[in-house]
Amino acid sequence: MRKLLPVLSVVIALSMVLCACAPAATPTAAPATMAPAATMPPAATVAPATAAPAATAGPNTSVPSNLPRNQTIFISGAAWGPASSWNPFSGVLANTTGTVGLVYETLFGFDPLSGNMIPWLAESGTWTNPTTYDVTLRTGLTWSDGQPLTADDVVYTFDLGKTNSALWIAPLWTQQGLTGVAAIDPTHVEFTFTNPIYQEWNWNLYNVPIVPQHLWQNRTADDIANGTNVNPVGSGAYLYLATGQDRNVWVRNDKWWGLSVFGTPAPKYIVDIRTSSNNVALGMVLQGNLDLSNNFLPGVGSLVDNGYVGTYFPKAPYMLAANTAYLVMNLSMKPLDDPAFRKALAYAIDVPSIIRIAYAGLVNASTPGGLLPALSQYDDTAVQASLGYHFDTAKAKQMLAAAGYKTGSDGFVTNKDGSPIKLQVTCPNGWTDWMAAINVIASSAQAAGINVTAATPDQGAWQTAMYSGTFQLSLNNNTPLTNTPWTTYNYLFWHPIVAQMTQGNFERYNNQAVFDAVDALGRVQTTDTAGMKAAVSKIQTIMLTDMPVIPLWYNGAWAQWPIGSTAVWTGFPTSTSAHPSYPLTWSDYWQTGGLETLINLKLVAPQ
Amino acid sequence: MGRYLGRKLLIYALTFILAVSIDWMIPRFMPGDPIQNMLTRVTGAQTAASSQALYSYYSHLFGMDVPLWQQYLNFWDSLIHGNLGISMWLFPTPVSQVIKNAVPFDIALLVPSILLSWYAGNKFGAFAARSKWLDNTVSPLGYLLTATPYMWLGILLAWLFGTVWRIFPIAGAYSFLMLPNLSLSFIGSLLLHWFLPFASLFLVGFGGQAIGMRNLIIYELEADYANYLEALGAPRKLIRDYAFRNAILPQVTGLALSLGVIVAGALVTEVVFSYPGIGYLLLNAIQNSDYFLIQGCFLFIIIGVLLANFVIDVAYVIIDPRTRRGMTGGTA
Repeated sequence: MRKLLPVLSVVIALSMVLCACAPAATPTAAPATMAPAATMPPAATVAPATAAPAATAGPNTSVPSNLPRNQTIFISGAAWGPASSWNPFSGVLANTTGTVGLVYETLFGFDPLSGNMIPWLAESGTWTNPTTYDVTLRTGLTWSDGQPLTADDVVYTFDLGKTNSALWIAPLWTQQGLTGVAAIDPTHVEFTFTNPIYQEWNWNLYNVPIVPQHLWQNRTADDIANGTNVNPVGSGAYLYLATGQDRNVWVRNDKWWGLSVFGTPAPKYIVDIRTSSNNVALGMVLQGNLDLSNNFLPGVGSLVDNGYVGTYFPKAPYMLAANTAYLVMNLSMKPLDDPAFRKALAYAIDVPSIIRIAYAGLVNASTPGGLLPALSQYDDTAVQASLGYHFDTAKAKQMLAAAGYKTGSDGFVTNKDGSPIKLQVTCPNGWTDWMAAINVIASSAQAAGINVTAATPDQGAWQTAMYSGTFQLSLNNNTPLTNTPWTTYNYLFWHPIVAQMTQGNFERYNNQAVFDAVDALGRVQTTDTAGMKAAVSKIQTIMLTDMPVIPLWYNGAWAQWPIGSTAVWTGFPTSTSAHPSYPLTWSDYWQTGGLETLINLKLVAPQ
Repeated sequence: MGRYLGRKLLIYALTFILAVSIDWMIPRFMPGDPIQNMLTRVTGAQTAASSQALYSYYSHLFGMDVPLWQQYLNFWDSLIHGNLGISMWLFPTPVSQVIKNAVPFDIALLVPSILLSWYAGNKFGAFAARSKWLDNTVSPLGYLLTATPYMWLGILLAWLFGTVWRIFPIAGAYSFLMLPNLSLSFIGSLLLHWFLPFASLFLVGFGGQAIGMRNLIIYELEADYANYLEALGAPRKLIRDYAFRNAILPQVTGLALSLGVIVAGALVTEVVFSYPGIGYLLLNAIQNSDYFLIQGCFLFIIIGVLLANFVIDVAYVIIDPRTRRGMTGGTA
């Protein structure tokens, strides 16, 4: 027996660890909803990285050993693991949060509250003719090593996508019609296109990070695609300072070109903290040890009501909206292939209860068109009023009966051939808010006579089922907050339909008319609001007639901060601020309000 | 001695090969396609063609475009060369790097808590067995502690000492205002953050060891040799020393057996206290189907547990004369 001891103990160790990990996931992972982790593809989140020991400091500045609390902001909700890369082009977006936005800057920023592009590195940009876009750069732009940032750097950056197919900007050249980019003079860049997707181009303007040619030009293609780019040199407001297993530290670039343009970000140091669970983040906010938490903290509404925590709105929904949660249906199976059945299901789902039970009032119901409030100006309200849906169990029953679905002996409707209908709605195990939501979906569907049950497979299995089309009903929210309704609809009706759908259209809705309408929307000039509205109206008409996907609620741009005696910083954006911004520090959100939020902060107790 | 160790080493080698093979298999039995998961994180709109291109690119990069049996052989080949692969979740960091950065925190928690709880637990258990009063009060407490799930005790301690009394911090390995340096204040900060996770591991271990020792001592004190010694008029202290030396043997074996449980407990504890280490990494590696990081984390656990067992085996030779006699002639 004793001889077998080592064997036994290793086996026990392995099995214990496996067991321990499985349940542990439940309380911790609550990335629920979009904790940015893996849930949002285009906008993404990101990860930090290290090529260095437990904690490494960059050579950029003389490194202090203690950061003064009144010069430091603690943030969380963005970083999700030890830093792994500072490469803004890393193909799988494993770059450290803040790499884009804090270190590398984009030509434009975007303000989701006003819907305006914010001139950033660029002073202005215009379509001089339908296939030529001219950018005028600001003067006096510099890299953090003192070199000037010129049109040549912009040209170099965009050209990388032409020669390096492993970069995420490569489709600009292969699919989005970019044919050339040239420097006219040090502050003018001309982009030429054939048949450009104007709507997406604007997204690129505030998402493609400009990198310094003088430091990058000698790198190999593989290094540019997959290198870690340790000690990044960018043009942005912050510099890399240090990284540890559970934090990334940035220091303000006091020679930033933007100080005179945008103002000075108040905190000299940013410590981006990775917490292992949202409970920890909540505890730290309450203690005043976390100045801005972008985690989903269930029940935070009651803390706001009692004056412990600040959020954008003083009452429900407390948070701005960041993306839409949809019920995705597998249209290739019975009875989900029947639009009448899908519409009845849309009426059957008790969204108000989801908001109350799963979110305790932290979110709002979505409009039937699925566009975020930031894009509501493009909604066709008439179409939504006539073809839309709302929670109404009686109406759902009536619609089922009218469509010819008879109730079987167990009280649930059956297929038209008399076979029973049994549907399963899924979300990943551990995403607590979604788990509560699918329970409501299942019970409210049952109340309308549709036999739906909830199931929570592992995240990997859930994702695989969605990509390969073996799911029945599922929740999804992968559309980020962007400048255009095109992103949302291109995602919902992504085409062509292939065996593995990974980029959207998990429902596999195959309708050339809607594909054409989405493509047409993409090619409407961004300044042509009427044209955009007309294109959106066409899409919403088809969508609400056929109901291939059911928008349910808006997930929040989770953001909360301490107020009162524990607070160190004040001046966070609220609905009553003169110039509010999106208070998000997630990756790719620094240039859509995150940095502006820091610029507007003030010390509670200035010295 | 040589033959004994040789035989032991052979068993350890076989165990290692078996465990590492299981380690290789476990992630591959999990549902989900890691490359596909990884690709959903790619920024920007992709078309079918470009997704396919990226898919093949990363499949090849991770050596997953060859048959399974070949992946298995490649795995051993790289393992022998010390290459654990590249993490998918923390791409492009090599797994060995990820683990090297995290493991010091695990060791800092595990080694002191295992050794101290074993030592203190045994001493205390033996002591408690002597006193009816202690036995009646402390034994129930020991049972309570040893039956407490690590995570639950961790949450309780974090809540009491971190949130309510605010004596200890509730997250991190050192103050979020500090950058690592060799000052006394930094070391103090490390200790302050280390204490609660350590304490929750220590307390559970302590309870188990104390209970075990207390029971064994009582059993030994009723053995014939103890009664005989007592009848001869030997001093109580001598009898107790003999009893302790006999009782300690099963406790050593028990420690070897419980190592796996302790390691698992440490991983969970790290997550509760947001303490760096491989606990959080492994959790995320599993959620992201990061084959290589899962393998790496388990490899660390396998090596750690085997090493600890080996140390215990050697220690056994020293503390148990019967083992030594077995080596020179009779059966072990």
